[in-house]
Amino acid sequence: MRIEILRRKKGEKDSYLQVFEYEKTTDDETVLSVLNNLNLREELKDINGEKAEKIVFKSSCGQKKCGSCAMLINGRPGLACASRISQYSDTIRLEPLKKFPVIEDLVVDRSIMEENLKQMKVFFEDKAIISEKRNQVSYEASRCLQCGCCLEVCPNFSVDNNFTGMAGAMPMSRIINELDKKQLKEISKAYNKFVYNGCGKSLSCVDICPAKIKIEDMLVNSNAIAVWKRYLKD
Amino acid sequence: MINIIGSGLAGLSAAITLAKKGTASNLVSVQEAQRAQSVMAEGGINAALNVMGEDDNFMNHYEDTMKGGAYLADPNSVYGLCKNAPDIVNWLIELGVPFEMKNGKMIQRNFGGQKKKRTAYVKSSTGKMLMSALIDEARKYESKGLITRYPHHKVADLVVEDNTCKGAILKDEYSGEVITLHGPVILACGGLTGLFRCRTTGSSDNTGQLVSNLFVKGLKMGNLEMIQYHPTTIDIGDKKLLVSEAARGEGGRLMTYRNNEPYYFMEELYPEEKNLTTRDVATRAIYKIMNDKECSGDVYLDMTGIKEEIINERLSDMREELLDYFNIDLCKEPFKVKPGIHYFMGGVYVDEKHQSSIANLYAAGECACQYHGANRLGGNSLLGAIYGGKTAAENIEDVEVKITKEILKDCDECSPLFNEKIATILSEGLGIIRNEEGILKALDKCESLEKEELNKAEQNKLTFAKAMLKSALNRKESRGGHYRDDYPETDESYRKTSVAGYDQDITINFADIPERRPQ
Repeated sequence: MRIEILRRKKGEKDSYLQVFEYEKTTDDETVLSVLNNLNLREELKDINGEKAEKIVFKSSCGQKKCGSCAMLINGRPGLACASRISQYSDTIRLEPLKKFPVIEDLVVDRSIMEENLKQMKVFFEDKAIISEKRNQVSYEASRCLQCGCCLEVCPNFSVDNNFTGMAGAMPMSRIINELDKKQLKEISKAYNKFVYNGCGKSLSCVDICPAKIKIEDMLVNSNAIAVWKRYLKD
Repeated sequence: MINIIGSGLAGLSAAITLAKKGTASNLVSVQEAQRAQSVMAEGGINAALNVMGEDDNFMNHYEDTMKGGAYLADPNSVYGLCKNAPDIVNWLIELGVPFEMKNGKMIQRNFGGQKKKRTAYVKSSTGKMLMSALIDEARKYESKGLITRYPHHKVADLVVEDNTCKGAILKDEYSGEVITLHGPVILACGGLTGLFRCRTTGSSDNTGQLVSNLFVKGLKMGNLEMIQYHPTTIDIGDKKLLVSEAARGEGGRLMTYRNNEPYYFMEELYPEEKNLTTRDVATRAIYKIMNDKECSGDVYLDMTGIKEEIINERLSDMREELLDYFNIDLCKEPFKVKPGIHYFMGGVYVDEKHQSSIANLYAAGECACQYHGANRLGGNSLLGAIYGGKTAAENIEDVEVKITKEILKDCDECSPLFNEKIATILSEGLGIIRNEEGILKALDKCESLEKEELNKAEQNKLTFAKAMLKSALNRKESRGGHYRDDYPETDESYRKTSVAGYDQDITINFADIPERRPQ
C-alpha cells in the first residue's frame, strides 16, 4: 500500500508530502494501526529510501471514545482508529484537519473548541435537573468527543467567527436540557448568539460525526427551550 | 497553588475539590480532558444506594471490596471509599449525569464479586458521561480563576529535593515553551498501560513514563505485581477492546464448546456467582478452559438470552460498537472473547490520605496503589478515582515551595520499538499464570536490553519494569490478580503490600497493612 502523509515540521509554515510503502498486517487494520506500525520501524524510510522522522499524531483510546486521532483520510475527516484500511484503495492520504492551526504533522490546535465552551459558560451555576425524559437528551449530548470533525465540514464555522459549530452546541445542549430557570436567560442568550444565529442548517455535521450523535434531535430540543422558550415538563 | 498532573476523573475531582475550598490549582495534561482514559470506562460506578430493594448498605460494599481485593487493601481507606460512595453518586446526579432510571427512580445493575445490585450506570458509557459532567464543572471554576488548564503540556520533570517535591517543569507540546510550576503536586497520571504497549484496553497516553522517572528518584511503589486481566476483551489490531462486565451483569454467559456442545463453564464451576465472579477468578477460569484439550480452545460471550429491549435500553452502545468494529450482533450470536490487561491495582505507594513517600507529592486514581488490593471490583475504579482525587485534595497542604535549582531534564521519550520490547518481556513474565522460571527469564531479558544504547527515559522505564518483575518474584504466593503455579496457595504471611523502592538498586520489601480502626 501507499501511505501519503502531509507533514510539517514544528514551527514551520510549509507542509510537504511524504510517501511510505506499507505492507498491511491484516485486512481489518485501522489507519491508526498503520501509523503506529510505521513508527515501530527501527528506521523509518520513505518510498525513495530517504530517512524520515517519526510521524507525529495524537491518539489515546484507539476505539472511538476520545476523539484524539481526528484527521483527513482521503480528504474526509474521520478518526484514524475508526477507519479500516480495507475500505480504501491502495493509496491512503492522511492530512491534518484544515480548519485548525497545524502544530506538527497530523497534530492541530483544537483549543478553540474549549475556548468557545468557556465563552458560552457551558456549566451549571446551580444543581442540574435530571429525569428519565431529560436523560435521553443528556446522554446523547454528553457523547460529543470534541474531535472537531463536524467543524471541519461546516460551511459556517471558522476559528475567527462567533459560531461555535456543533462541537459547542452539543455540550451546550446538555446544559440547556438540565437547567433550572434562573440560569436559562443567560444561557439562552449565549445559545442564540453563538449557535442558533450562526448555523446555516446545512447539517453536513450529521453524517460526519464519528459518534453518530443525533445532532438534529439535540438542536430541536435546545431550540425549543432556548429560542422558542418552550420549557420542559418532566 | 497545587499542581495536578492528569485531567482524567481523579485529576478533575482533585481540581474541583480544591476549587470548592478556594484553593487554586494548575491542571496539567498531555491532551485535553476529553481524551483521558476515564472516558473509556464503561460499566458503572458502585455505591450502596439501596434503591433496588435488596437491603444493601455500605458495609456490604466494604466487605465485597475487601474480599474481592483478597484482603490486600487498606481497610480504613476502603471503609472511607464505600461510606462516601452514595454521596459521590448523589453529587454526580447534581452535576447532571444521566444515570439509568425507571419510573422516576434510579436503577443499579449487578457486577462481578458483589452480592447486591450496586452499580449505577449510563448504558455502557458511564466513564464518558461522568467525564462530560466533571469537565463542565471544572469549567465553572476555571471561569472563576480557580483552575488553570495546561491541556497540551507534558511533564518533563518533577523537582524533588531532600525527598520533598517542589514543583513541576512542563513543556508546552505546541510551542515548545518550558514552564515552571512551583508548589505541591497531585499525580493523577493514570495506570501503567505504557509498559504493555498495544496489549491493554487502556489509553496510549498513559505511558507510565512519569512514574518510572519518579521511581528512579526514590518514589516508592506498591503492589506492582497486581495486574488485572479483564476476562472479556477482543483484539482490534493494536489494542484490546473491552467488552464491559455489564454484558454479564445484564445476563451474558461465558461459554465454550465441549464435545461440540455449548458448555457454560462458569455456571458449573461457580454455581453461586456463576458468570459474575470477581475478574481474577473469571480470567483464570477462561485461561484454563482455553487450554483444556476437551474444549474447543475458544471462549465465547453469549448474550443471546438477554431480551433485545433490555439490550437496547441498557447496552445499545455496546451493541453498536461490536457491530461497527466486528460486524457482530450480540443479540444474534455468541462472540469470541479473551482476557486482556485492563487495570493496574499497583502504583504509587500512598497512605490513607493519598500522600506518597515523597513530601508534597500525592497520588490518586489508577496511578496510585489504593483501594483495590490484589484485584479490583468492576465499578470501583470510577469511584476510586473520584474519591481518591477528592481525598488527596482535601489533605494536601497548599504550602509555599519554590524550585531553586531549575534544570530542564531533556524531555526524552521511549521509542515505540523499545516500548514493544519491554511489553514483550513483561507479558512473558507477568501473564495470567506466573512462576519463578518465567519471571527470572524476563529479568534476564531486561539485563540484555540494558546493554543496548538507551536514552534516559528508556533506562528509567526498564528499571521500573524490573521492579514490577521483582515484586512478582518476591510475592511467593497466589492472591487476586497475582497467580503463581509454583505457589498456588494464598499465604497469610504475605498479606502485606509489596513495596518497591530504588536507591542505586531496586529493593522490594513487604509492608504491613494498617489495622482497621474501630469506627
